[in-house]
Amino acid sequence: MTLSLSLIFLLSSLSPPTDVIARDKPNDSGGAILLTWTRSSDTTVVSYRVLRQTEGKATWDTVGLAGRLANRFTDDEVQDGIRYRYQILTVSETETAESAPSEYTVCSPQWFNFDRMPAVIGTIIFTCLIVFFIGRAKRNIKLFIRRIAGLDAVEEALGRATEMGRGILYVPGLSSIDDVATIASMNILGEVAKKTAKFGTPLIVPLRDPIVYTVAREVVKESYTAAGRADAFNQDMVFYVTDQQFAFAAAVDGIMVREKPATNFFIGMFWAESLILAETGATTGAIQIAGTDAVSQLPFFITACDYTLIGEELYAASAYLSREPLLLGAIKGQDYSKLLILVLIVVSTILALTANLPVQNIF
Amino acid sequence: MKRRLPLMIVLVLGIFGAVAFVIPHPIVKSIDETMRNDVLRIITAFSLVLGVGSIIQHHLIKIRRKAEHWPFSYIALISLAVSAAIGLFGGIDPASPGILPTHIGGFSFHMQALYDNIMIPLASTMFALLAFFMASAAYRAFRARNLEATLLLIAAFILMLGAVPLGRMLIRPLPDFAEWILTVPNTAAKRGIMFGIGLGSIATSLKIILGIERGWLGGGG
Repeated sequence: MTLSLSLIFLLSSLSPPTDVIARDKPNDSGGAILLTWTRSSDTTVVSYRVLRQTEGKATWDTVGLAGRLANRFTDDEVQDGIRYRYQILTVSETETAESAPSEYTVCSPQWFNFDRMPAVIGTIIFTCLIVFFIGRAKRNIKLFIRRIAGLDAVEEALGRATEMGRGILYVPGLSSIDDVATIASMNILGEVAKKTAKFGTPLIVPLRDPIVYTVAREVVKESYTAAGRADAFNQDMVFYVTDQQFAFAAAVDGIMVREKPATNFFIGMFWAESLILAETGATTGAIQIAGTDAVSQLPFFITACDYTLIGEELYAASAYLSREPLLLGAIKGQDYSKLLILVLIVVSTILALTANLPVQNIF
Repeated sequence: MKRRLPLMIVLVLGIFGAVAFVIPHPIVKSIDETMRNDVLRIITAFSLVLGVGSIIQHHLIKIRRKAEHWPFSYIALISLAVSAAIGLFGGIDPASPGILPTHIGGFSFHMQALYDNIMIPLASTMFALLAFFMASAAYRAFRARNLEATLLLIAAFILMLGAVPLGRMLIRPLPDFAEWILTVPNTAAKRGIMFGIGLGSIATSLKIILGIERGWLGGGG
């Protein structure tokens, strides 16, 4: 009997993983323990089974499986404040081998996510640049902002609509108010509404989101009041249509065909309906100004519209139109941040290529 | 006060939103999720009432003024009333019936049936139109009017030819070259735009949080 047991032991040559370390998963909201181990040197390993024991209990529970090339596992079914320890079981086709248990560990939530430190540093630098240039703008130092053709065309488009006696259609995208593009579009709508109020041009603003509808209505109303034409504001200028994407596209297409606005603005977040709207607008002969941060929709707008605000131009538009020095200062801050990113990319690339430094890990 | 209160709410909640990005603690996370999900849902529910009010008002004005195609406004209002009645009193599907009968013989008109048999086919029809709009847009884009349009035309031609077996038959490395155009110059341009969008988003958020940008309040101080 003793001989046969010894034989089995000698035949059971599968080596278990070593250095099993269990520790609280960093930068999380608690409820997770991170396990790492050094893989078994055997080539017959099929997988690793992760076993967990709660302090004070005798049983080991299987909590997960990891592939043969894995050397880490996150157990996210644990409770904060309770002590656990782990074993890793090496599994081959015919046998298993247990590692030594890890030390007891406990998980807890963290108050700071250090993984997001680069984003925090970048944002702080960016904020400092913006504040610096806003300060310069406050001291009336002239800031050069390049020409944006799409925004220069706004006046011309409004003038054309007024001369033709037709309206302006403004579609502030199909996204909700928590989308920055929608907020940027609201800012532009405010400026456009001030100008339509000044010229007495009819404004049509169909909306897809009920919250955006309420915000847009207030923006237009306030703009008309600011332009001294509160009497010209009409509740029916800004109206909710539907939250169905293609039903909305059909409704806006119908408005363009029936009302024949002289100018169409498509500014905000758009999806597949972008080309349906822009192409229909093009067939009506309207001047079309589009602006979006949806990269995949940009080619459609560039093709079908007269002017397109590409990406960041959308965010710069309200400052460009209002010419408020404080807002222009923020744009300057953006430009210098981009320059900084460009320099970092070039320097990192040169370092990676020439000195073979692992610079990509910095970011 | 009418202006100061919204600005103060935006300042406090904006800073909280930014702070919640770097603090994973459940206390902060749960408040953040409540604000993003529950509070937003409550606001949406209220604004939906305003939205429906807007639809009714818009179409009533059209009917009153006998605007172009005004009879369609009747259809819109009747559809709204009927679907609202079915949704509120007829149940969502046969498994959860309401007090209103939603089938006549084998013909069902409960909410799910309306959605499946009216909304989806209509939306699909609109989506299908995209193919025709693409053809007309492509025709316009591919007229080599200037250098940019010519470059677009050449790139599109290479990509289209590289995507079909004929391309490989004619020029063996063409599919690889097409793939290179897509993954290298195209991605580089996209990333450039994305950098600008990222910075623009942060700048816009910052301007709104700090109360510098007040366009969303109708502008002014």
